[in-house]
Amino acid sequence: MKRNIWKYAAPQTFYPLAGKMIPLFAVLAAVLAIAGLYVGFFVAPTDFQQGESYRIIFIHVPAAWMSMFIYVVMAFWAGVGLTFNTRLSSMMAHALAPTGALMTFLALWTGALWGKPTWGTWWVWDARLTSELILLFLYVGYMSLAASIDDVRRADKASAVLALVGVVNVPIIYFSVQWWNTLHQGASVSLTRAPSMATSMLTGMLLMALAFWMYTIAVSLLRVRAIIKERERSSEWAQE
Amino acid sequence: MNWGSLSEFLHMGGYGLFVWGSYGVTVVALVLEVFFVVRRARTPAEIAGRRMREETGI
Repeated sequence: MKRNIWKYAAPQTFYPLAGKMIPLFAVLAAVLAIAGLYVGFFVAPTDFQQGESYRIIFIHVPAAWMSMFIYVVMAFWAGVGLTFNTRLSSMMAHALAPTGALMTFLALWTGALWGKPTWGTWWVWDARLTSELILLFLYVGYMSLAASIDDVRRADKASAVLALVGVVNVPIIYFSVQWWNTLHQGASVSLTRAPSMATSMLTGMLLMALAFWMYTIAVSLLRVRAIIKERERSSEWAQE
Repeated sequence: MNWGSLSEFLHMGGYGLFVWGSYGVTVVALVLEVFFVVRRARTPAEIAGRRMREETGI
């Protein structure tokens, strides 16, 4: 079993595996989203300070978490492709980028719509918001750089370097609320201490975070299949 | 149950614009993403190849 698993590094072998996995993750995403939205709107109570505006949290936090997580995974695969010259690794990085960029945009958009009623402003140049905006630029830069280089393998390598250099931004986003004085609030959820939010709100948020994660996997697997087909079109198996 | 009626639900305690503006854009964005990636994945290899050749010269 262990000896055979490396065969999935070949685009031709990974292609059907990805195809089989997509429906599973799509269904999981739908189920978790329905559960999360139900808890978020019909179980979680009104917030004492923020009223109903806090319900944006069920999109905002999952999107923000995914924006950071996807970037790290993308940089990982880009780095593997750069180091080991494996085509499929680079393809996976390119497959993740658009979804990561979308998550970043959604985090910024929903954050602005949440900030206006609660802080009185759509935007502020504090450490967290600014570094999240930079994350969006990094995603767009990664995609643009790759698109601008005709030779795909050179494009993979150049964009991989950009992705890897940009990884430093992720811990900056994460720790920004500790390191600097920010308008954005500090962490309510931690691995080491009890959460400072109501259980039903936390449950809804975690369900939606899982839903966004499953959605990301499904969409990225479908996109990598498209990329495989485009790049491998000259090989025999793709002609069928 | 938090909501007495549908209009209460839509009103969101006065924050309707912000909450539904968030959820609405999210739904639209995700639907569009799925639409485009499904379309891209369904393009037969031959057509995808021709497009790639036109765009990159390869």
